[in-house]
Amino acid sequence: MSKYLLNKFLYTVDRDPELVEAYRADPYGLVARWEAEYLSDLTGVDAERTTWSSFSDAESDALHNHDYVRLFEMGAHPFLTLTLFIALFERDHPEPLSYQRRYAQALAHITLPHPDIAT
Amino acid sequence: MATLAAVLACTHHPFYYRASQAPEGERLPQADEWVAKVEAYRETLTRARPDVLVMVGADHFHQFFLDNMPQFLIGKAPFYDANYYNEEREFGLPRMLLRGDEDFSAYLLRAGLDAGVDFAFSNELRIDHSITCPIITVRPQNDLPIVPLLTNVFCPPMPQPWRFVQIGKLLRELIESYPRDIRVAAIGTGHLSLELGGPRQFGPHGPDPEFDRRAVDWIARGDIDAALKNVSLDNLGDPGNATHGFMDFMLMMGIAGGVPADYADHLDLFHTMEAYFTWYPNGVPQSDIDA
Repeated sequence: MSKYLLNKFLYTVDRDPELVEAYRADPYGLVARWEAEYLSDLTGVDAERTTWSSFSDAESDALHNHDYVRLFEMGAHPFLTLTLFIALFERDHPEPLSYQRRYAQALAHITLPHPDIAT
Repeated sequence: MATLAAVLACTHHPFYYRASQAPEGERLPQADEWVAKVEAYRETLTRARPDVLVMVGADHFHQFFLDNMPQFLIGKAPFYDANYYNEEREFGLPRMLLRGDEDFSAYLLRAGLDAGVDFAFSNELRIDHSITCPIITVRPQNDLPIVPLLTNVFCPPMPQPWRFVQIGKLLRELIESYPRDIRVAAIGTGHLSLELGGPRQFGPHGPDPEFDRRAVDWIARGDIDAALKNVSLDNLGDPGNATHGFMDFMLMMGIAGGVPADYADHLDLFHTMEAYFTWYPNGVPQSDIDA
């Protein structure tokens, strides 16, 4: 399991408006595209791509299903997940902060200590 | 030598800008009270008549990611662009451009390295809301050069709380030994109890009002020992999963030197408590000499 790679996905998608919209519209398609184009990119130079990283099936499933609860349980960084998911879905919840509160309720079963986010 | 004219430590709330700009009818119920408190706090900086601002904050996964994560980094650049696409998107923050003070940055880097702190540095640094929020709140005219210092309060492994205090104490020494006749204000932002992306986020108050009450008391009294005795990397997650940002308050307590704040205020808001502290290490400026 690679918390680092999950975080890399959340980080690179969140900072690019085109990727955010693509992930909202077609999570399977965007995850496949991200794996092909972004997963192994480190320096921006093609010849220097990372050769050894990949998602586990569970990680791919969580990303395919926009499953932020599972991402939290896996130890993905909660700030990255929250920021991206607000961009994805807050628009569907027009009452201010209602999406954020709903998001918290979906995590209500989580007790302390939270899953380890160390990478 | 430079004069440390003021030390400000406060929370950085990215919703303030939008809350303070919202027209009548769309304003948060607490917006007017919030604006009044911020304007009163702004006056504590204005009275100090600073020439340069040393700004302490944290990069929220913007320029720095887990492939390259500095623990303490000082910017050394002539200018700093500010705010990121996702902060415009989520908080409505404006794009900004801040002027740098490269000579002061170079001095702090060299003197810090020589004193045993291996600061990372950046010559092309875009800063985020941890530094632009206090510019918006306490220096909205954005007319002073800055030296940014970014800390890692986000990504394990993080430095220990005592290291933040130690860095703060060193910064105080370095600022006061900088051979230029300028008035420096050190402004740092952190958090009290805070939860982001977890089950306790966006509640009617901060996730742990009791922690907030104690933390405000430690800061107001400048009680570094009590803070160090009560917080650890392990237990800072208990009041809220983003409460490690309190360590930036501890850094500022280190700069202030463990003495009571000359100004302390707070505001209980939804989601998190706002808190505002100012110290005047060289005495409270007299209002009759205000610029």
